[in-house]
Amino acid sequence: MKTNERLIEALLAMSAGVGVLTTAGILWILVVEAVHFFQQVPLSAFLTDTQWTPLFADKHFGILPLVAGTLLTTAVAVAVALPLGLTIAVYLNEYVAPALRNTLKPLLEVLAAVPTVVYGFFALTQVTPFLQRLVPGLAGFNALSAGLVMGIMILPLVSSLSEDALGAVPRSLREASYAMGATRLQTAFRVVVPAASSGVTVSVVLAISRAVGETMIVAIAAGQEPRLTANPLVPIETITTYIVQVSSGDVAYGTLEYNTIFAAGITLFVLTLGLNNVGYWFRKKYQERYE
Amino acid sequence: MNSMARNRLADRIFRVVGLLATLLGLLLLAIFLWGLLRTGLGRLSGQFLSSLPSRFPERAGIYTALLGTVWIMVLTALLAVPLGVAAGVYLEEYGRKRRWAALLEINITNLAGVPSVIYGLLGLEVFVRFLRLGSSVLAAASTLALLILPILIVATREAIRAVPRSLREASLALGATRWQTIWYQVLPASAGGILTGIILALSRAVGETAPLLVIGVLAYVPFAPSQPLDEFSALPVQIFNWISRPQHEFGVNAAAAIIVLLVITFGLNGVAIYLRNRWRQQLP
Repeated sequence: MKTNERLIEALLAMSAGVGVLTTAGILWILVVEAVHFFQQVPLSAFLTDTQWTPLFADKHFGILPLVAGTLLTTAVAVAVALPLGLTIAVYLNEYVAPALRNTLKPLLEVLAAVPTVVYGFFALTQVTPFLQRLVPGLAGFNALSAGLVMGIMILPLVSSLSEDALGAVPRSLREASYAMGATRLQTAFRVVVPAASSGVTVSVVLAISRAVGETMIVAIAAGQEPRLTANPLVPIETITTYIVQVSSGDVAYGTLEYNTIFAAGITLFVLTLGLNNVGYWFRKKYQERYE
Repeated sequence: MNSMARNRLADRIFRVVGLLATLLGLLLLAIFLWGLLRTGLGRLSGQFLSSLPSRFPERAGIYTALLGTVWIMVLTALLAVPLGVAAGVYLEEYGRKRRWAALLEINITNLAGVPSVIYGLLGLEVFVRFLRLGSSVLAAASTLALLILPILIVATREAIRAVPRSLREASLALGATRWQTIWYQVLPASAGGILTGIILALSRAVGETAPLLVIGVLAYVPFAPSQPLDEFSALPVQIFNWISRPQHEFGVNAAAAIIVLLVITFGLNGVAIYLRNRWRQQLP
């Protein structure tokens, strides 16, 4: 009986260990392949060269254009999702009766259930043609429409995390504000949102991380032309798009081209890991403050 | 207008702005879906569902891709569900305060934030190359299983946490061991919540595209898989392939295939929400 219990506990612990193995596996493959890459390309060139042309005859291995493309689409997405998401969070948390909130919240989650390849299709076939009528000179592939659609995709993430943060603000703060004669709107934006600012920051940081790692929308709608630019109207390429573009083509195993996808991968991994941990750290901090 | 009246007006305006903001995303989605149905619904037919892929858009169908997606769903579930539920049970019922558990906790939080394309790279190196599975159903399902593992673990833990402490104590007081308590009391009481989590995780796996592209899943596979080591295609990969082609007819095919994919993902989500509501009512 006792040994049986022990055996089961050991089996369960091993299942939990698969997660650790996964992390170890990710780190291992990224580091090993990236080391192969950096044996052939100096780190300084990788970080400072302004061109990324590993598949051309004249090869350059500067990651900056891919990072710029990634940040550009992310910036557009956050510019959509932050104001909208915060407005939604304030509205749902401060204005709406619980019954209506419980209907609206699952509806918002529908936006997160749509596969990203489908969002990519929408960006390319509906948003871009629509924007081309408004913005002259908008290319068929561009960071703008990919970023806008990505903003809609990450909207539920921002709104629900911000709402959690607003909900954690003690009732007494609101009541003090009402007692001073403030309206609900003034209370929301001058008392509750500032008091929940670290929680709202967490939602934005995690949304940025999600946007940085998003692949299919940008692969379909933003183009495959690495370009060091801040112009959202022209085709660019993100880190994720490059990985998909190269690995789904026929690049032979073990070549320098093959290694580039892991160099790009480790860059992406470091970016998202950093963002997630900043978010995690912030969240711990603000939870401690109110509990 | 004095300042008080102005503030009241602003307050009332925000009530409308807030509602509009909440509905804006859904409204856009509705517009997208309308456009999608207009483009793709006419292409959807028995012939489309039962035809093999083809160079000619009007002859091409999603038969192999659809079966590939079904294969992936079943195999991913078989691999991920036992692992995810076991890990969730361990973290919630056994290892709560140990250092090992704290490490696992941080680890799972971090894994949940790793972009799916990175899981693709892991699958490419470990399953496709190192274990020599090739771009097979098994390699893809293993990759997706690792991808949804954090979701399953979190869902299992939440469901288990909702089971009242008194139930465990009653069982232990009657002389049941820890595992007997979990197996006969905790798991049955949390089954609804766990099942909801499983279905949501699978709906995520069905729509994943990037990891499949990275591990080399092809769009053109002229046969349906008959065993786990067969090469295969999947709906999202087929959709991406059709979107990437310049001819308009392939865009129409993509729209039709997207309708099928959305029916699957929305269907799974609907079932999950229904189960969640029923389970929540049952909880004491």
